[in-house]
Amino acid sequence: MIGKIHDIKAHADAKLIVNTELARKILVAFIRDEVMKVGFERAVIGLSGGIDSAAIAFLAAEALGPANVFGLRLPYEASSQDSLDDAQKVIDALGIPHDTVDITPMVEPLFARFPDMNNMRKGNIMARQRMIILYDQSEAFGGLVIGTGNKTEILLGYTTLHGDSAAAMHPLGDLYKTQMRQLARDIGVPDSILTKPPSADLWAGQTDEAELGYTYENVDRLLYLLVDERYSLKEAVAAGFGEAFVTDVWARVQRNHFKRVPPLVCKISKRTIGHDFLYLRDWGK
Amino acid sequence: MKLTIGLAQIAPKLGDVDANLQTHLDYIDRAQQAGVDLLCFPELSLTGYYLKDLTYAVATQPGAGSPVFAPLLAASQARNMDIVVGFVDRDARGRFFIGAAYLSGGTVVHVHHKVYLPTYTLFDEGRYFAWGDAVRAFDTRFGRVGLLICEDFWHVGPPYLLWLDGADLLLMHSASPARGIDAEARLSSVRWVEMMNQAYAGVLTSFVTHCNRVGFEDGFAFGGGSAMYDPDGELIVQGPYYEEALVTAAIDTDDLHRARYRLPLLRDERTGLMMREMQRILSNGGGTR
Repeated sequence: MIGKIHDIKAHADAKLIVNTELARKILVAFIRDEVMKVGFERAVIGLSGGIDSAAIAFLAAEALGPANVFGLRLPYEASSQDSLDDAQKVIDALGIPHDTVDITPMVEPLFARFPDMNNMRKGNIMARQRMIILYDQSEAFGGLVIGTGNKTEILLGYTTLHGDSAAAMHPLGDLYKTQMRQLARDIGVPDSILTKPPSADLWAGQTDEAELGYTYENVDRLLYLLVDERYSLKEAVAAGFGEAFVTDVWARVQRNHFKRVPPLVCKISKRTIGHDFLYLRDWGK
Repeated sequence: MKLTIGLAQIAPKLGDVDANLQTHLDYIDRAQQAGVDLLCFPELSLTGYYLKDLTYAVATQPGAGSPVFAPLLAASQARNMDIVVGFVDRDARGRFFIGAAYLSGGTVVHVHHKVYLPTYTLFDEGRYFAWGDAVRAFDTRFGRVGLLICEDFWHVGPPYLLWLDGADLLLMHSASPARGIDAEARLSSVRWVEMMNQAYAGVLTSFVTHCNRVGFEDGFAFGGGSAMYDPDGELIVQGPYYEEALVTAAIDTDDLHRARYRLPLLRDERTGLMMREMQRILSNGGGTR
């Protein structure tokens, strides 16, 4: 069993290596194409100081030109100074237009209205407040909101519905976090952003991996086998992954599927939106 | 005989037939300037690929009576250029096919209906389209030719049948969403298609051309990389990945004879043996689809 898990981990690790030059080329072309063919030339990006939004800013700047990418820093009073500084490094490296909007005075009245509000609710409100600003600036700047979701967090549902999940597109949505890190490194994202622990930065000391209960490295291996290679849960356990880990991860994927699909429509007519009224978003484009 | 083949690696607009027709006419202009005798467009080049419910709206019937085909047929005559286009073919009884049409001298010389409709993973063709039921070679002024559409040549049967039916020039075309990122410089689906087409050219000692579209439809990235292979199985020319291009090369059909002197696979092919064994397999319940 020990030998087997080493084999399967080595297999998954090898498969999770991406040719970052190829990924960059496809994703830059994707952003350019999908922004321009709907009549836009510009993009709006919320810069958290983290690796995902930094990578998206680099890709969008290459796709559309730096002058056409608006970077917004949207701190709350508990946000760390490091996050603000790292977001500024991205702005400086790319030379993109930018602004900083403090969301504290916008969200505090709502927090005060419900004094027993927990961190989860506060975090969701902050994520949605940022969405409101990004979509307002989308109109003001004339740019599409580019989302920063990656495959790991979308599968695990580690996002706020209508918050950070709200965007015109998620160009990194088919790259696992560990693959995204390779891409970020190779397209020039600053070192301090590459090396710090991933965090939603919703409260002091929060890290993704502590909150999720597993490392991205481990969960990406498992998700790669379950999703991309279509291992059954039993096969993943037989390959050497802990049963509790496998069960917990897959329960999360299933429980959060509602975040990955549009709101349900009940079919009562002959032809129904979402069921048998079927067109791509790029209809006519 | 020497002829110049062009592969128009375009990015059709989804469901906008008028815009796509204009793109075809523009590429025909460019191809003529490049001395092209035979110009191939990709699968569903006039309509875009992931049509879903647009299938019914974009369909036409090939011929001078179609407002889409009329200017293409006129161009084939006026420019003295044979043209292969991709379209949705609607038959008289309301069935829809993924079609490829070979146009020459103002007439529709041949129409092929896709015989394998991928309906798995990201593909949903069987939901909308009827299955073609013929694989036929046909005569052109450049020799005997066969047309195949994407999934048709993921199966070994159709290229083999065209070869036995006398085709020396296999014109493949695709709208292939590129997929399968890993450490390699090309995505896994791209490697697969290129490996197959190169192998077909070699084992069938024939010319194989492959015109693949580019551009995006929602999240699908079409890869391009259109290519031509000679009867020795060697790459003649290849277009760029993910970018529009007109890929051209001159070929010499006398290469066919030279390759087949060296490697007489066609002479030695045992069609009778093949037929006997196929009949035995079928009679043993090996499937009749």
